[in-house]
Amino acid sequence: MLCERCHERPATVHVTKIINGEKTGYHLCEVCAKEQGEVLNPFVAGNAFDFNKLLSGLLNMESSPGYATVQSVQLRCPSCGMTYNQFTQLGRFGCPDCYDSFSSRLEPLLRRIQTGTSHTGKVPVKSGATLQQKRRLEALRRELQQAVANEQFERAAELRDQIKLLEQQGD
Amino acid sequence: MSLSDFLQRAMSRWMKEGGPEDDIVLTSRVRVARNLQGYPFPVLQTDSHAREVIESVARAVASPSMASLGKFELVRCQDLSALDRQVFVEKHLISPDLAQQEKHGAMVLRDDELVSIMINEEDHLRIQCIYPGLRLEDAWKTASAIDDALESQLTYAYHDTYGYLTACPTNVGTGIRASVMMHLPGLVLSGSINRMLTAVSQVGLAVRGMYGEGSESYGNLFQVSNQITLGETEEEITQNLRSVVYQLIEHERNARKALLARNRTQLEDRVSRSFGILAYARRIDTKETMERLSDVRLGIDLGIIQGVSAGILKELMVTTQPAFLQKYSNRELSASERDVRRAALIRERLRLDDMEVQG
Repeated sequence: MLCERCHERPATVHVTKIINGEKTGYHLCEVCAKEQGEVLNPFVAGNAFDFNKLLSGLLNMESSPGYATVQSVQLRCPSCGMTYNQFTQLGRFGCPDCYDSFSSRLEPLLRRIQTGTSHTGKVPVKSGATLQQKRRLEALRRELQQAVANEQFERAAELRDQIKLLEQQGD
Repeated sequence: MSLSDFLQRAMSRWMKEGGPEDDIVLTSRVRVARNLQGYPFPVLQTDSHAREVIESVARAVASPSMASLGKFELVRCQDLSALDRQVFVEKHLISPDLAQQEKHGAMVLRDDELVSIMINEEDHLRIQCIYPGLRLEDAWKTASAIDDALESQLTYAYHDTYGYLTACPTNVGTGIRASVMMHLPGLVLSGSINRMLTAVSQVGLAVRGMYGEGSESYGNLFQVSNQITLGETEEEITQNLRSVVYQLIEHERNARKALLARNRTQLEDRVSRSFGILAYARRIDTKETMERLSDVRLGIDLGIIQGVSAGILKELMVTTQPAFLQKYSNRELSASERDVRRAALIRERLRLDDMEVQG
């Protein structure tokens, strides 16, 4: 059987669409199916329920049919070369730097699959030492602002000295 | 080699020992995902990256800080036969995915097999602790101590906001997956299991089959685990799981009591028939084995069957798996040969106990 779209190549993909309860089916070759965007559907190729496919389905939500698809600027991680599209298909990042490279798209995703968007648990001892200090500094600065706002200047002065001390230790 | 010798050598501690609430909870498992800074995740790994990751982990494992936590041995997947890798999968020491990673994969096993570390699976490191019974806190503490010891030698990929970075964003943050394997025949027989599992999934937990993601559930065994890894602390995650597990235990116990009060004869009949099949069958497949074992275990828990050790479910659910049977027979077996071999092993194992059915 030849592809119903190009009438040139053999049809290897059967597409069934159910729109508002109306079922239509047609046979396409792989090239046309790709051009039509049919194989992008993460459930087409899978034979078993796969969590990663479900995830990549979630990731693709913004480009699901029915929405006008806006061609987004191709995001690429400079460290490992992975593009955001590849990530949505694989469900996995290529390297640790991907998290920063794709941060603009990551937050809405994390809100969908996680409780929050920032880590509150265990901190590694080595790389965490600076982080723990950073968290303390942030807390002190917040307290300082509060003290100034409340006109508690003596407390503010104490806090200022503590912050200075911590910052010097950091250098 | 005699069966009892073989079992003595082949079984991990979690299979042999009991623990809190072990009439319903078979095992508690915690796995922690970690990655090394400066390397792509395994999905994009080259041969040399994979080798370097294994070598760095090997050095860290050989350090004094790890030596104080037990006796560890690193094994590369390529140095094991496919059958041996499958035996490790059946013992829940490694995942089916790691067994497939012949070229890049490796594992670190502690001699008691309560701790295993998978290398170059989906993440560079997956530290796993498995304890018998409901011991989630112990599993987390052990995993965390090993994590600390490794971190003193390695530099982890860590982000100030997102926490421990993992290949899949469903693991980012704490990188922790805590799971409890439960035997819930009462809830299945009374027909309330689906309602329970729906409720469980609504509080951010997942229910899976015996071998994790995508695997089927046989013999009324269910694995309950956390799904959220970011935005909650490790303690919050394990405590949340534990409190849900306690509720499931209570519902299971009530369901068993109700079954016994209302359908005693039916229940005794079912349990005894399953026992008869296990004690006398000449061939049996894995699925039926799991179903019959579940009935027999329920019979033991309810006092219908006496003289058979309660650990038999945990023990036989591993030792009657395909790779284990072939290991015990010392050769490759076809599926129908395995069914014969499996029935023989079960009969022999039951004879080790001084069993009797009441009534």
